[in-house]
Amino acid sequence: MTLLEAIIAVPIVAAIAIAFGSPTRPTAMAAAAINLVLILMTFGQYDLTLEGVYQLTGSHPIITVPDLANVANPGAETTLFGLSTGVDGISLVLLLLTGLVTLAAVWVSPAEDQIKGSKRLYYLSSLLISAGALGAFCSTDLFFFFAFHELALIPTFLMIGIFGSGPNRVRVAWKMTIYLGVGSMILLAGLVALFVALGGQSLQFADLQAWADAPAAIASASLENWIFLTLLIGFGILVSLFPFHTWAPEAYATAPTPTAMLHAGVLKKFGLYGLIRIALPMLPNGAAHWQTLLLVLLVGNILYVGYVTMAQKRFDLMLGNSSVMHMGYAFLGIAAMNTIGVQGAVLLMFAHGISIALLFALNGHLRKRFGTLEFDRIGGGLGKLLPSLGLLFGFAIMAAIGLPGFANFSAEVMIFFGGFAGLFAQQSGEGINLGPVQIATMCAIWGVVISAVYGLRAYRNLFMGPLPDSTKGRELVDLTLAEKLPLLLLIVALLVIGFAPGLLIKYLVSSIENISHLAG
Amino acid sequence: MEAQNLPWIILLLPLLSAATILLLTRRSGNISALISTGASLITLLLGVALLRLPDGAHVQAFPWLNLSSNFVVEIGFQIDQLSRGMMFVVTAIGAAVHVFSLAYMKDDEGKARYFAGLSFFMFSMTGIVFANNFVMMFVFWELVGFSSYVLIGHWFEKDSAADAAKKAFLTNRIGDFGFMIGILLVWGLTKSIYFTQIATAVVDDQILNGVSNGLLMAMVLCVFCGAIGKSAQLPLHVWLPDAMEGPTPVSALIHAATMVAAGVYMLARIAFLIPMSAGAGEVIAWIGAITSLIAALMALQQNDIKRILAYSTLSQLGYMVMAVGINAADAAMFHLFTHAFFKALLFLGSGAVIYACHHEQDIWKMGGLAKKMPITFVTFVIGTAALMGLPFVTSGFFSKEAILGAALHGHRALFVIAAFIVLLTAFYMTRLIVVAFLGEDRSENAKKAKEVPLLMWLPLVLLAVPSVIAGYEFFYKGMKLSPAFYAHEGPASVGLIIASAGLLVLGIGMAFWGYKGEKSDPLNGYRVTRWFANKFYVDEAYAWLIKIFQDGLAGVANFVDKVVVDGLVARLPAAGALRLGDAMRRLQSGNLQSYGFLFALGAVLVIYLVVFK
Repeated sequence: MTLLEAIIAVPIVAAIAIAFGSPTRPTAMAAAAINLVLILMTFGQYDLTLEGVYQLTGSHPIITVPDLANVANPGAETTLFGLSTGVDGISLVLLLLTGLVTLAAVWVSPAEDQIKGSKRLYYLSSLLISAGALGAFCSTDLFFFFAFHELALIPTFLMIGIFGSGPNRVRVAWKMTIYLGVGSMILLAGLVALFVALGGQSLQFADLQAWADAPAAIASASLENWIFLTLLIGFGILVSLFPFHTWAPEAYATAPTPTAMLHAGVLKKFGLYGLIRIALPMLPNGAAHWQTLLLVLLVGNILYVGYVTMAQKRFDLMLGNSSVMHMGYAFLGIAAMNTIGVQGAVLLMFAHGISIALLFALNGHLRKRFGTLEFDRIGGGLGKLLPSLGLLFGFAIMAAIGLPGFANFSAEVMIFFGGFAGLFAQQSGEGINLGPVQIATMCAIWGVVISAVYGLRAYRNLFMGPLPDSTKGRELVDLTLAEKLPLLLLIVALLVIGFAPGLLIKYLVSSIENISHLAG
Repeated sequence: MEAQNLPWIILLLPLLSAATILLLTRRSGNISALISTGASLITLLLGVALLRLPDGAHVQAFPWLNLSSNFVVEIGFQIDQLSRGMMFVVTAIGAAVHVFSLAYMKDDEGKARYFAGLSFFMFSMTGIVFANNFVMMFVFWELVGFSSYVLIGHWFEKDSAADAAKKAFLTNRIGDFGFMIGILLVWGLTKSIYFTQIATAVVDDQILNGVSNGLLMAMVLCVFCGAIGKSAQLPLHVWLPDAMEGPTPVSALIHAATMVAAGVYMLARIAFLIPMSAGAGEVIAWIGAITSLIAALMALQQNDIKRILAYSTLSQLGYMVMAVGINAADAAMFHLFTHAFFKALLFLGSGAVIYACHHEQDIWKMGGLAKKMPITFVTFVIGTAALMGLPFVTSGFFSKEAILGAALHGHRALFVIAAFIVLLTAFYMTRLIVVAFLGEDRSENAKKAKEVPLLMWLPLVLLAVPSVIAGYEFFYKGMKLSPAFYAHEGPASVGLIIASAGLLVLGIGMAFWGYKGEKSDPLNGYRVTRWFANKFYVDEAYAWLIKIFQDGLAGVANFVDKVVVDGLVARLPAAGALRLGDAMRRLQSGNLQSYGFLFALGAVLVIYLVVFK
């Protein structure tokens, strides 16, 4: 068993153990902690000097077929599909994200006596979501890449439907199921088409990429365009690309805290990861063909959903919408189609994942204390009453609105420079001019103002101003040390990467340069 | 100590102080205050030592963000006349404000938070001054905005303070929106973000030759947007007067020497870019001039002592920006320099008055303070004289003449505005002194006022010295600063001196005779002065615009999202894919658990295949 297989297996084994009677919280905490250590070990074992794409590989072929390409050795066989794992810099960064958010999510999960319903299901669901995400990020086989993500969706639906808050939880769970189910179907169709178009010989990423890199890999340009569009919509629905985003805010607002943290923070990044891992490098012409469409949609994410976010009167819905909005930045990094932009996109996936998980954790603390998240009903003034919560909340809001020093800012700046790299590449002089990517980037920069507006408004309405009479008589307890620790874990991660983004970028550089067809 | 480490220590010491307070001493206000003040005094000493470092001294940079193998954003230091001089001002004013705050904030509940904020502010400001590239400048630019948010909102349980803090941050963000685009345009057009490299590319290699003027103008004006926000120029000036909600020493720090000066400093840094676009300088100069005029008019009719000074700051910043626009960036920096000292003096002086009058800020409820607070009065008069530009004996005179002299050459309309502002300045400052310090006391608080303690008057005295001498050549020679700062000493012509001195006397005389012995403002009640007093209703107009457009847009978007997007995309039955979704739903037809069960069954099947194959 390789290290990566162990990383996938730990949460699954722990989940099974919990199902069969192992103590829930200690088991889940131990599994999450062990996994974080194992993930840090993969960073240690990853060799930055090695050429080639995947490292720490392991493979269990399931179906093998005769290798037609290998003329020299007619009897040779090649893997059609199997459980193959491996990581490059991109997957490493996402593994770290998953490890951190999983630990924090399990940590902030309520004590067992506060869960109404099956405590075992509650805890094992978080572990299964984590396992699915880890599996998807480690898989180098198209089938397992897809299947692991589906595996993670099941517990997500169950958690929202069973443990969600509010009277509409079942309807919300269904809505999300339908959206993501349809998204997955479209995605599956696109992946099958891609597999067939690229020779139908293998589901292994490396083989598919090799086929794609061959001259005129896909005979018809329009076929390539259509496959890309299918993948874009399929992945796009999963990442809440405008206008397929309306499932997300409600689902996150309804979901129990650890589920919201894991889905918004980690699992949602699967779609972006798929675009970077599969759609962009394997269908470069399709990507170029639909670039303008993607730019229009992502501006929809940033500006349109940005304004929707501003109109929210409940903190949880605001968070859910803001998470949709910030996906626009990641899409912008991808749509820039150069190494700076894609690096920025991956860094943003990490930064946003951590910060949104942090915010949903804080959201949970507020909900626990007030039973409501409506700004008007909470009424403000909490800064004096709950100083620790106010302080950590301030950190989280500042991170989310892209204050320098937090990872989010580093990522956004990279994406903006990625957006203008096209201008940089032009010869200065008479012909130099702005293109659609630069226009979209300018719109995205206005989004930075929008996020500041709703972020500061939320902080103002919750923590500043005089204490309303409705709160005065209440016994409110500030965060305890045990409640603070998981939040601090996430804040420290954001600050470390904000001050020294190079710690992660050095893993991304060579991997993203390896993605073919990207401008420098 | 290695001289090369000096800038690093100046940069990191305040950060260390802020972090120490946050992590270790935030429960003890007194220890936190001592840590922060100690750090600020040490940085002042180091700031003086920095003056000895040669131009272009090499300081090891930290590679912060590597965007690609040949494009690394550094935390790097540009050591030259501009940064060394500015650093002296920042550390000197910073130290004075820290010491003053020890007394002013003695009994404040949030003392630890306050001093942590001050330290963090110093860190951010230091970063702007040292920055050798645009992105680093932007990083600290934003951090200054954040620290001002913390400091202005210090008394956040007051609605007005909470709103003012938010307004300052957001208004600055709007400016930064333009600034970021400007930075990206500079990078795209000149192929660098480093100031020295850009200068070489633009001036020596003429890289911008042939680029369309529209694009160049966009580049310069977008960068200028950053300065509009930070230096509170029209139309983003609205945050600065509101920012008076912060504790008064903060006003001195933010609105005299540091934050608002950052915009002018940045423009001086990149002054070589402005002439690259035909017409951009003109726009900048006019925005500065109009800001200066409007702000001076507003100052005429304010009754809050701090607001008068706030509008005066706006007006003086407009002066500096105008100077940058007419290609006299060194005159602007000269004025920034002198203004920093006397405006910090005036703000701290007003803080002393407010402290003595038990937080009374209305000048009509003061009066007769000259006798009760002689030290404060004398230093305040010195600051006022410098702000008006009393000929030959104040620093403000020389720097103001430098700007007037520059405007006189070929910018007649701007010169007329600038000269008129001399009159207005003399008028509103005389009004302040006459009403607040002279005559009889007009309230209980004013009656009981007495001189402030040593820790508060000492900074006033110390600031009064440079307010007088910071215009003379020996001051700059002593600091080893180049002629760039004092080249303008010596006015352009005798006629100019006589004209501006005449306007000065006229302003003082009108205000003195008009307000002497008055119990309420004789100008009150006229339609024109009502416009001045109400700040030309700009804030009201903005509130209305925000309600209509920003919040309106948000409301419409929200409605569309709920009804149209959600409705259409979720329910459009014609879309085949979605019909598939429905079919799938009917197929499962049961509850969530059964759906989950089927998925799980699939997963088990996969595991079976993997393990037992």
